Amino acid sequence: MNEYLTDTVQSLKDRFSLETIEFRGDISLVVSPDKIVEVCKTLRDDFGFDVLAAESAVDYWPEQAPRFHVIYQFYSMTHNQRIGLRVPLDGNGPSLPSVTGVYPNANWHEREIWDMFGIRFEGHPDLRRIIMPYDWEGHPLRKDYPLGYEEVEFTFNFDEIDGRKPYAKE
Amino acid sequence: MGIEQKLGNMGVATLKLEQAVNWARTNAMWPMLFGLACCAIEMMSAQASDNDLSRFGMELMRASPRQSDLMIVAGRVSRKMAPVLRRLYDQMPDPKWVIAMGDCASCGGVFNNYAIVQGVDEVVPVDVYVAGCPPRPEALIHGIITLHEKVRGETVKDWA
Repeated sequence: MNEYLTDTVQSLKDRFSLETIEFRGDISLVVSPDKIVEVCKTLRDDFGFDVLAAESAVDYWPEQAPRFHVIYQFYSMTHNQRIGLRVPLDGNGPSLPSVTGVYPNANWHEREIWDMFGIRFEGHPDLRRIIMPYDWEGHPLRKDYPLGYEEVEFTFNFDEIDGRKPYAKE
Repeated sequence: MGIEQKLGNMGVATLKLEQAVNWARTNAMWPMLFGLACCAIEMMSAQASDNDLSRFGMELMRASPRQSDLMIVAGRVSRKMAPVLRRLYDQMPDPKWVIAMGDCASCGGVFNNYAIVQGVDEVVPVDVYVAGCPPRPEALIHGIITLHEKVRGETVKDWA
């Protein structure tokens, strides 16, 4: 691993007392929700990670504590280094502070995470759905969200399925 | 110099008004310039020189629903797109027809899930379904000719 990255990870670990996960040479730090804004600010101002490359989430259902991981990927233009953060969240009403104040491009990422996973971002300026229609119910990328498919029609069940189909009128 | 001198002796052609109207409708059908997914690429190809849709009087795609009388739904319709599609259909003047091009528009195709409308016939009434994923331009042209046959069988009263 690069010397600069090792130093960054070590000093962040010391300052915020964090855990790390390393997978195939990529390092990510596990951060609790209350520290995330502070850690982001430190990464940007003190260590030169000036790009929020991606913000996403994972649903580890049926695990409940933690059920979700919110994932941040940072990139440093000056040092050509990447680092990741993971925020574990419980399944019951998950929420964490928004980082839009630190990285403005997190705005739409967080709207998408809210839309797809139902994870609330406290302090987000405009937390609306971004992909699904505004009146949509549920959050489709959750693992317990029903797929909502239509049964496949064969000759033996064609009439039954076709009778249920809501055909359009003129 | 009139047309009779250029074409020679045409004589007199007699036909029913209905036939004349349907002939006009089929041979100057204006589709709407409207593509939703990969099927639209095949639709464009059908209009290009190799397949030349203008042989059937359809060289002109109208960018406005108010000037078109055929809607070719080329691609999958998401639930968010469905109200928009219906609105476009409502803005088209009568008489109007709909072709569901491809598997996705006909029945949902491979996208059997919550986000895609399972067949565009849930949103607008469809006249002709064209199978294929995506259908080749020949298949689309066959669908259009099938629609022409349907239109030739219609009476003026159907739309009055």
